[in-house]
Amino acid sequence: MSTATPIKVDTSRPGIPLSRIVKVELRKMFDTRSGFWLMMSIGIVAILATASVIAFAPDSAIQYGSFGTAVGVPFALLLPIIAILSVTGEWSQRTGLVTFTLLPHRGQVVWAKAIVSVVVAVVSMLLAFAIGAVGNVLGAAINGLDPVWDLDLGQFLAIILANVLGVLVGFMLGILVRNSAAAIVAYVAYAYILPGLLGFLAATQSWFDDIRNWIDFNNAQGPLFDGSLTGEQWAQLGTSGLIWFVIPMAIGVRFVLRSEVK
Amino acid sequence: MITVKNLSKTYGSFRAVDDVSFTCRPGAVTGFLGPNGAGKSTTMRIIAGLTLPDAGEAHVSGVRYSDVPNPGTQIGVLLDASAQHAGRSGREILTIGALTMGLPMSRVDEMLELVSLTPEESKRKVRNYSLGMRQRLGIAHALLGDPKILMLDEPANGLDPAGIHWMRSLLREYANRGGTVLLSSHLLHEVQIIADELIVIGNGKIVAQGTKDELLASAGTFVRATDPSALASALTSAGISATPSGEGGLRTDATPEQVGAAALQGQVALVELRAAEGAGLEELFLELTASTQREAVTPEGANA
Repeated sequence: MSTATPIKVDTSRPGIPLSRIVKVELRKMFDTRSGFWLMMSIGIVAILATASVIAFAPDSAIQYGSFGTAVGVPFALLLPIIAILSVTGEWSQRTGLVTFTLLPHRGQVVWAKAIVSVVVAVVSMLLAFAIGAVGNVLGAAINGLDPVWDLDLGQFLAIILANVLGVLVGFMLGILVRNSAAAIVAYVAYAYILPGLLGFLAATQSWFDDIRNWIDFNNAQGPLFDGSLTGEQWAQLGTSGLIWFVIPMAIGVRFVLRSEVK
Repeated sequence: MITVKNLSKTYGSFRAVDDVSFTCRPGAVTGFLGPNGAGKSTTMRIIAGLTLPDAGEAHVSGVRYSDVPNPGTQIGVLLDASAQHAGRSGREILTIGALTMGLPMSRVDEMLELVSLTPEESKRKVRNYSLGMRQRLGIAHALLGDPKILMLDEPANGLDPAGIHWMRSLLREYANRGGTVLLSSHLLHEVQIIADELIVIGNGKIVAQGTKDELLASAGTFVRATDPSALASALTSAGISATPSGEGGLRTDATPEQVGAAALQGQVALVELRAAEGAGLEELFLELTASTQREAVTPEGANA
């Protein structure tokens, strides 16, 4: 019924650069009331944690490391949740229908979200360290002490790395489950229940204790924060990371790339 | 131009789209008509690259959707006006779209004005929008990148009659400027108002396609008598087969002349005798709807 001459789209025209998608994804983290307050909670939690160290810690504990620890505990949950929601929102709010229509190369969207999650985590940690530093000075002044700076650069980077790894695991769970509540529960189970279970298993079953370092990702990460790793420890980080991060991430990404968006 | 060739998609044992082929040409509004669950949305999602077909292919201006660079500037898509984050304002949703496509922010205001969303309304959260407002926002979003092709799934759903006429003139102008429009609907009268060409789909299969005039004309005769059974036997004895249509009427493929002669022969007084405009399409559509209908058809409230 049609005799119209076919018009061809010029496929060599420039597509959408990743940098632009990163910018858009960053904006999408802030542009709803719930998203905005989730991001604000990073600063609020850091200030609350810092204030409680000043209020409740004994004089001997008024040192920079205490502030770092106080902020680290809530951040270990908060930052992965932010990463999870950036992914699962596309499904729970069904915005994926528009996102993946404008950006049919879904891998780009996954990359952009991963980059934004890591950037937000690192910036949040730097902000928290800055708030902690102010708290340390303030706490020392209030208690008439000299501020103690007991964190060296290595420890500082190790704390950031630990949080980034947590964010990546959260991100992976978001990609794998694509449901906000389920992904958060899975992360809590991974971060808080699994280590205890594996520890119990290792304590009661010697065969597991022998291979634990090869399959327990949390355990294998331990040496990372102490500084130098032996060749075997790198290999253990590799095998356990393969089990707990690389393989589930690959499964999740494959699904996201191929699944039907409704 | 949108070209769909031998498209099929099966979910389990359910064949949602069954060997569907059609072309939407520039300069025309093509209506994609079918009852709920006929396969319209699945076909449109396949065109937009959101669903992978089991067989066949869909092309947009000669290439696959996923090969179109910055597709929002080539084909505007509205698949579900409610699939938006309820906590974002209409303006913010358009802003995100404009940023993604790399458009100047002035496009956001232009599109809001085009779909008659006031600046005050545009700042409201989408959760407070009526379905009609969401549809307008969705159409604004589809037009944002100034695309040459538009694909809209049930865009008139939730619009009031004035809104439907507004959309007709909007799409009419768009097509007159050389644009290609594919829009779906499950309501015949909606499509009749807006579209030039029709593709009718039922149970995943294309059952009719052509220009609106063709489909509405190819209808035969509608005839009604005070005594329907006498009329029926008069037609039968004249060798004309007829099916019941409307209230006490009959529809047949024979011409009005043949039907009139048969009635005279059988001495039946007619109340009505005319070319059945569109009745063919309407009955085809009713048949499709009836086979997928969940409730038994009852005389009262059948149109509810």
